[in-house]
This record gives sequence, structure tokens and C-alpha cells, in this order.
Amino acid sequence: MADLHDPSDADGSRSGLRDRLTKPGRDGIPALLVKVLFLGVVIGTAIALTPALVGEESWFFLVAIWAITAILVATYATGRALPAKYLVPGTLMLALFVVYPIVLTAQTSFTNYGDGTRNDKQTTVDQIVGASVTRSDDSPQYNLTIATDGDPTSGPFTYFLVPQDDPEAVFEGTADGLESDPDGVTLDNGRVTAVDGYTVLNIKQISAAAAELDEIAIPTESGSFIVRDGTSEAFEGAPTLVYDEDADTITDTTSDAVYTAEQVGDREYFVDEAGERISDQSWTANVGTANYERIFTDSRISSSFFGIFVWTFVFATLSVVGTFLLGLVFAVTLNDPRVRGQKIYRALLILPYAIPGFISLLLWSSFYNQDFGLINDITGLNVNWFGGATTAKIAVLLTNLWMGFPYMFLVATGALQAIPEDLTEAARIDGASGFAGFRRITFPLLLVTVAPLLVATFAFNFNNFGAIYLLTGGGPFSPDNPTAGGTDILISYTYRLAFGAGGVQIGFASAVSVVLFVITGIIAALQFRATRSLEDVN
Amino acid sequence: MTQVQGPPPGTTIVEEPTTAQGAGRGRRGGDRAPKVKLGPGRWFREVGWRHVVGMIAVVWALFPVSYLLSASLNPLGNVVTSTLIPQSFSLTNFTTLLDEQPFGTWARNSLIVCVCVVFVQLLFSALAAFAFSRFRFTGRRGGLLALLLIQMFPQFLAAVALYLMFTDIGAVIPAIGLDTLPGYILMMCGGSLGQVWLIKGFFDSIPMSLDEAAMLDGASHVQVFFRIILPLVRPILAVCGLLVFVGVIGEFLMASIFLRDSGNKTLATGLYGLIDADRSNNLGVFAAGSIMTAIPVVILFLYLQKFIVGGITAGGVKG
Repeated sequence: MADLHDPSDADGSRSGLRDRLTKPGRDGIPALLVKVLFLGVVIGTAIALTPALVGEESWFFLVAIWAITAILVATYATGRALPAKYLVPGTLMLALFVVYPIVLTAQTSFTNYGDGTRNDKQTTVDQIVGASVTRSDDSPQYNLTIATDGDPTSGPFTYFLVPQDDPEAVFEGTADGLESDPDGVTLDNGRVTAVDGYTVLNIKQISAAAAELDEIAIPTESGSFIVRDGTSEAFEGAPTLVYDEDADTITDTTSDAVYTAEQVGDREYFVDEAGERISDQSWTANVGTANYERIFTDSRISSSFFGIFVWTFVFATLSVVGTFLLGLVFAVTLNDPRVRGQKIYRALLILPYAIPGFISLLLWSSFYNQDFGLINDITGLNVNWFGGATTAKIAVLLTNLWMGFPYMFLVATGALQAIPEDLTEAARIDGASGFAGFRRITFPLLLVTVAPLLVATFAFNFNNFGAIYLLTGGGPFSPDNPTAGGTDILISYTYRLAFGAGGVQIGFASAVSVVLFVITGIIAALQFRATRSLEDVN
Repeated sequence: MTQVQGPPPGTTIVEEPTTAQGAGRGRRGGDRAPKVKLGPGRWFREVGWRHVVGMIAVVWALFPVSYLLSASLNPLGNVVTSTLIPQSFSLTNFTTLLDEQPFGTWARNSLIVCVCVVFVQLLFSALAAFAFSRFRFTGRRGGLLALLLIQMFPQFLAAVALYLMFTDIGAVIPAIGLDTLPGYILMMCGGSLGQVWLIKGFFDSIPMSLDEAAMLDGASHVQVFFRIILPLVRPILAVCGLLVFVGVIGEFLMASIFLRDSGNKTLATGLYGLIDADRSNNLGVFAAGSIMTAIPVVILFLYLQKFIVGGITAGGVKG
């Protein structure tokens, strides 16, 4: 094939390949049909989803879906960019479900998003004002049906209202306002009993979602709000609180108290002159680098941070070194043609690798039971493994050693078999003894092959949340520092901080994730550089 | 062939051993085996000790498995009475699991997830590997290195973002939102390029002349990929698929965040729920479920064993 092209073209065969491929009609009719069908489905899906996305005002998804469609059409409808045809499917998935979430995490890390700050400011103000709605004597009353087109526990919830003085009229109320005469409503005896596409909540579900329902206040055109009154009724009333957008204050019309937004920690609240909060509701706000500063300056975090960082490093290092050495010893020992039953040995030694990780971890966690656990049983010891930090660390490492060595055994066996025999033969002829030959010839060659896998294993263990979480849960915890456990690695420790007592702090958790991304990346890059293993990537 | 020592004096070599695998095969066949006759002491120093280490290795590898099996057969099913070696044989735990727990649902869900993720990941990885192996384009080396780096970050680090993202997606398309199997599968497909390096290593070992000959015969690049290259690497695809399968079936963290509804639980979250409810008394049922989960995987492992050895390393980083 290369002969057909100008020999001066170093990449002749490839550009030849490209020429051939861009010729029309090469793929024949069936391939063309598949292509047309595929692109048709893609475009059709995008068109079908557009109304729903416009309805939900999900502009981001709308743009994303049409961008994906455009990329797919551009890639597959034209004869150009041959490599792209092969790269696009996986890259799209990677971009959507790995890279984009990482970007989203980085974005969130600059906010205070979390419990109490999940809504934007406008929604929060509406909720605060709505919660102050009080009934007056002439308040209109409604028969209420609470329904959802989502999940009965988390919503979103919609109120279907029938005025008690006009049992033929129906209103559909959401946080956006009231709409009259919704479609698909079944009216029975002055009450909505079913709505197409919605699930009507029963009393039990209503009380389970009470906290969220209490935040719902449906604005009406006259400036009043409709709020629920129990499980089956609602009333319309005027709020006693009034928000002044220009001054950014809330005024209580009954007491004339004025509440202004004031910063407390990483969030703002409306407080009066005495500093009394009107509500514990705050809102999502940009906090700049505050979350990052907190990681490095919060004394509660930094007091434990260094120790945990060191242990994380030790844990990842020992896990890699331990499993590699054990796997290597077994591989070298058994990789001798005179050993009978090599296949059986191999089959048995890789068994732990075939057992799903969570099973191994949960099983091993039962081994360390002080009274009935297998480890104490076999060794005759009476160690409370998870009781002390040192023994718990040993337990974690031992478990990881068992889980990881079969992989390293496979890797080492494969690498050993890939080393040309002439090399070891030559070493022998030159008079190198068994071990010296191994150390000088085989081992360095083997290391070149396995180094990237070792780096990847290190990175994996550095963030091996599962191993810690399922084995020890990070424990044991000492009474003077109940947040930092003896076996906590960075990821398990910081996630406990972010999701533990004090409410969910997603902004902070995101900052921690970003820091872990960076640390892992730097360590991996340094290791790759040290092993020089990526220099010949071509 | 790591021991560089030659045949020691006092031995008779009938046939030079070739490779480890070759020798293994030959031995079973009989006549092609290297006939090395050693005295007993010599034999132990050269070969016997390897069996001793091998036995120790096997005991180390298998004692937890033996305990798991024993616990699953123990009718009392608690930690206190479970032993390393099975003392009794009772299928109580298995029947309890199948009758009282939705084990079938968990297994079905796990199977659906595994099959979809394995298929997508193999196909997309193989496609990308073909591009990296056969074409030269700008950003090729950078792309390969970027892939390596991105794979070091567990998706769990972005768990919150994924959770929020799929909540939003579910508001528009409920079928692929949070707490749905398709949504979970889609999320797991983010790792679609996970096997590129491994598969590329094998594509590289297939000579380009093969593609070129096919093209001269009028094949298109699609045909070269599907009809020539893919069939040649079938064993390595099987190994990759198996590795992905083990990873997916054991995936616990994201599943526990994504799949809350009991009808959507996978084997990982379902069995975790069992043992978490009562760590000491549910051990037997948990062990029974674990055995049933692990057996198909183990059988696949044993079946593909000869491809697995070497397969993992070969794609390593040879470029």
C-alpha cells in the first residue's frame, strides 16, 4: 500500500488510508443506512426534548443537547476528521459525566451551597415572606390536594385548589403563581381527586414532606399568598412581612421592625437591630476562596490535617509496595517451568481479585471482631483491632494487601513472561548469580513495564474511600477529637467534615474535592516523571 | 524464566524448556516436557521450595474465601459460630436470602448494569484505541496522557456534582434521572475510555500491513476495524470486559448515592444493607449472597485465565 504513494510522504500509508476512506460510497448502502438512521434518531431525540427543556427553563441542558447533536452530525455526516469518528463517542461520555462534573465541582467550591443555602436569594425572601402569611376573617378558603409530578418525598409539589365558595373552579398553584383550569383534573365533590401525570400525596406522605410543604407559599395576583392549612385545606392571606427590594430589607408590618441582610460566617441572614434572625434560612452566595481558606486555616481542620495527610500517603505507599512485593515474590517463585501445576497455582492466587471489592471489605471487617473474629481465632491473640489507632491501621493495610496482591501477581507474571529470555540467558553466561541477575537485569526491565500501573494503583489508594469507609468507617475516634479517626485518609475525613454534624456543606466539600484532585494529580505527575515511564509514548 | 541459573551439575536435560507457558502445556501432553532429573535434595533446593511458597500463597489467598463459604453454609449464620473450615452443610442461608430478600431483583439490576457498562466501555474504548493506534493527528499524545491522568480521579470525588446533575436531568427526562438504573448506567459510562491504553497496546502489536492489504482489497476503515482488527483481539477484549465487570459489580459508593429505591438496588447496595442492618447475625445470609455473586465472576476468571496473565501488563505503557 505504501508503494502506491509518494515515498517521500513519511506518513504515506496513513494519508492513503484517509484518501480511500473519504471516497464517497466506500461503505456501501447498509452502512449509509445505519448512519442516516443513527443521525436521524439523534436529531429526533434533540427535537423531541426541546419543548420539555424550554418548559423547565433548563437552558444549559438545551444548549448541551443541541451541541452534542451538532458534534455528532459534524463528525458522522461528513467524510472529514477520520480519527474523530472513533474518538467522539467515548470522549462525549467522558466530557459529560467526568469532566463536566469536575468543572461543576470546581464552580460549587466557590459558593456556600449546602443545608440552609440551597435556594437563591429571591426564593429565600419569598419563603420568608410567605411563611408570615396570616389569616384574616375574610380570608378565602380552599379545598387542597397536594400532588407531585416527581417524587412524593422530595417534590416538586403542586397544589390543586378548589375555592370553597365556588366548588366548580380549579386552580393549579406552584411557587410561580396560580393558573386556573388546569388540564386532566378529576373533580369530585368540590375536591381534586386525581390529576393526569401527577401522584396525589396521601396523609402519610404529606406529613413526611411537611417541612418542604411549609415553605410553599403561592403568590396571587393581588399580592397575597396561599398557604396550606393542615393536609386538606388552604387559605389565602396577606403577609405581615414586606420585602423592600431597593433597600434590601424586610419590614415587619405589625411591629415595624426592620431586618437587614448581615453576614454571619459564610452566609447572610436577615437580622434586626438587636441581631435577632428573622429566619434560619440563608441563600446560595459566592464566597470566593473562603472554602479553600477554611481548609488550610480552620484550626479544627489543620490540627488533624497534617497527621491525616501523612497517613494517607503512608497508606497509599504501603498498599502499593506491599501488594507489589508480595505479588512479585509469588510470581518469581512460581514462574519456573519446572514447577508443576503452575496453572492451578495461578487460578487459585487470582481468586481474591475475582471477588467484588465490597464483599472482601465487609468480610474482612468481620475478621477483626475482638471476641469472635477470625484473626484473633487463628492467631490466638485477643487484640481489639479497631480499638486502637495502630492496630486499626495494621488491619486496614493487611486487608488491602490481601485484596491487592493478586493484581500485582498477575501484573508481575505477565511482565516476567514478556522479558526476552536472551537477556537473562546472557546474564547467566556472564556469570551473574540467580539473585544478582534478577536484581540487575530482570527487575529493572520489569519495573519499566509495571511503573505506570504502580502509579495508577497509588492514585487509586490515595482516594480509596471505599476501603476505609467499609472497613473501619475511619475509626477509632478519640474522645478529644471526635471528627478525625485513627484510620481516616484525607477523602474520608473531609467528607465527614462536609456531611457530618453541622449540616451538609456542599460548597466546602467541593473545595475539598478540588484540593484532592490537585494533590493526586501532582503526586501522579511527579511519580511519572521519576519513573520516566511516559517518555516513549507514541 | 527469571531464574538465570543454568541446569545444575548432576542433572540431565532431555529437552530445553521453552517458555513457562509452553513448558506447562508440554508437561500435560507428556513427551514435550523438559525431562530434568534431580536428586531429592537438589530438587527441593531448585524446585521444591517453590511449592512450599506456592502453598503458603494459596493458603493466604484462600482462607477468607474458605471462611466465606463456611459462613454461608453455617445454619446459625452469625459471626460467633462461623469457622474457617465448614463444620456443617446447610442451605438455610441461601433459601432465607432467596425467599425473604429481593436477591433476584438485585442480581437482575446488577446484571443489567454490568452488561450495559461493559458493552459500552469495550466498544467505545476499542473505537478510541483504534484511532490512537492507527491514525496520527494533532493532540494524539496529549490525549493519551490526559486519559491516563483523568482516570486517576474516582468519580466519587465529584459525587455531589453528579447527584445534582442527575437531579436536574431527571426533572426533564425522568427515565434517566436520579434513582433510575438507566441514569446510574449513564453515569458509569463516564468511564467509557477506561480500557483505551490496554486495548491500544494490543492494536499496536497488529501489523499495519494487515490493514493495508484489506484496504487494497476494497475494505473501508469501518470494515478493517470490525472485521479484521476486533476479531484478532477478541481474547484481550474478553479480559478487559471481565475487569470492567468485576469493577462494576463491586461498585458500591455511587450506587448507594444514586439508587435509593429498594427496587433499584444492586447486589452491592443490597448486600451491604443486609450486613449493615445486623453485622453479627446476618453474616450467613450475607455470605450466601456473596458466594452467589462471586461464583459467576470466579468461573469467568478461571475460564479466561490464560488471557488474563500478561493481558493486564501488555497494554501497560509500551506506547
